[in-house]
Amino acid sequence: MTPRTFLRTAAVLTLVPLFAAVAHAQNALDDIVAKKLLVVAIPTDSAPYGFVGTDLKPQGLDIDTAELIGAKLGVKVELVPVTSANRIPYLQTKKADLVISTLGKNPEREKVIDFTIAYSPFFQAIFGPKTLVVKTPADLVGKTIGVTRGAMEDQEVGKIAPPGLDIKRFEDMNGTVSAYAAGQVQLMGVGASVAGNFMAKNPQVSTEFKILLKESPNYIGVAKGEDKLRLKVNEIIGAAKASGELNKLALKWLGRPLGDLPS
Amino acid sequence: MIITFDFPAVLAEWPLLAKGVAATIGLTAVSASVGVTLGVACAWARQHGAAWLRTLVGAYVELIRNTPFIVQLFFLFFGLPGIGIKLSPEVASVLAMVVNLGAYAAEIVRAGIATTPRGQIEAAQSLALTDMQVFTRVVLPPALQRVWPALVSQIIIVMLGSAVCGQISTPELSYAANLIQSRNFRAFESFIVATLVYLALAMLLRRLLTWAGPRFIFGR
Repeated sequence: MTPRTFLRTAAVLTLVPLFAAVAHAQNALDDIVAKKLLVVAIPTDSAPYGFVGTDLKPQGLDIDTAELIGAKLGVKVELVPVTSANRIPYLQTKKADLVISTLGKNPEREKVIDFTIAYSPFFQAIFGPKTLVVKTPADLVGKTIGVTRGAMEDQEVGKIAPPGLDIKRFEDMNGTVSAYAAGQVQLMGVGASVAGNFMAKNPQVSTEFKILLKESPNYIGVAKGEDKLRLKVNEIIGAAKASGELNKLALKWLGRPLGDLPS
Repeated sequence: MIITFDFPAVLAEWPLLAKGVAATIGLTAVSASVGVTLGVACAWARQHGAAWLRTLVGAYVELIRNTPFIVQLFFLFFGLPGIGIKLSPEVASVLAMVVNLGAYAAEIVRAGIATTPRGQIEAAQSLALTDMQVFTRVVLPPALQRVWPALVSQIIIVMLGSAVCGQISTPELSYAANLIQSRNFRAFESFIVATLVYLALAMLLRRLLTWAGPRFIFGR
């Protein structure tokens, strides 16, 4: 291949996704209705929001929410398991129509995707063994902490981390929790539900809540600019809040009521 | 939505990338030198060792060559603490790469040794060289020369395989690329950059080893 043909090919290859993307702009909702299929990115590493049951099928609050939205739209739901690190790229590359994956809202994310109104409560914190004294961020000096790369905790820990805190980043929640369970890190920064689930299953590692990182309810992510889809989902969530359906899901999976969620 | 590339957003994080590249090179350098040495030792053991040693090395080679690298890595990092052995991510990564390369290199080097003409060994023995001298001076250098291209390819495969070491939080190149894309969501750009860097590293490494092999490893 001569340099010129190489450049041409490269230029064409660069433009192809551009045109493809333009062709699909703004009509995700029509596509979903036409195909009768809603593709939803869900977690399988964050019980009770999304995890794999003994029958190897994904289940949890996020999965039930996806099914609820699918039912209201009158379409079938296809679940795609994602991790914290790749859930936003899945949306950007149109591999999923919605991300219902314990997704919190922050300004960085708002630059690249859009959010619906909140559908479930969530908070993140630092957890560690009872024998380790950690009360303020200053106590973190010289400790090691595991977080999930790309998750909210990663950024939040970064904000309060004093110099001298060793942050180890893992690919998904299971990696973070396994590293903590194996003693490879002293602390972990995870969502409350993940920690709660871990504590219930591993009573031999006496773990407790240390520092609150962030109160951050979950939102559903939609691709940037898909306003029709976003407003439709908002409408469905609003109705499900009013009818008590979402509250029922929260009680079923989280054991507490929905509470006040920002819209 | 129009896809527009934003490489400056990724390249602005160059200190992270540079650290990642340095870690990948470091992992590869250590594991290649120790791994190939281990491979030569295992090749010798499989050819000349006592029966129990041959069985032991054979079991090691089969175990490693028939299980995925990432499982070996997870075993070392997440599994061993179960029996009280805690390795840092870096040590676990190097160890996994050494153990992995050692097994593959053992078979590659053994192939080289096996094709040594009998006459050469007999000639060496008739000069009253000890068994060790025959192996290190007469058998090994031409054997390494014969299998050098295959060995270099294997070292490059191990270098590329180091990409999964990021899974246990070793801050190598893929880890850096992943971290950058999880911060600015420029996944396409950061993996394009990572791909190009890996490509460059692999090509440079092949050149370096092809050049260094005849001069320093099996020089005449």
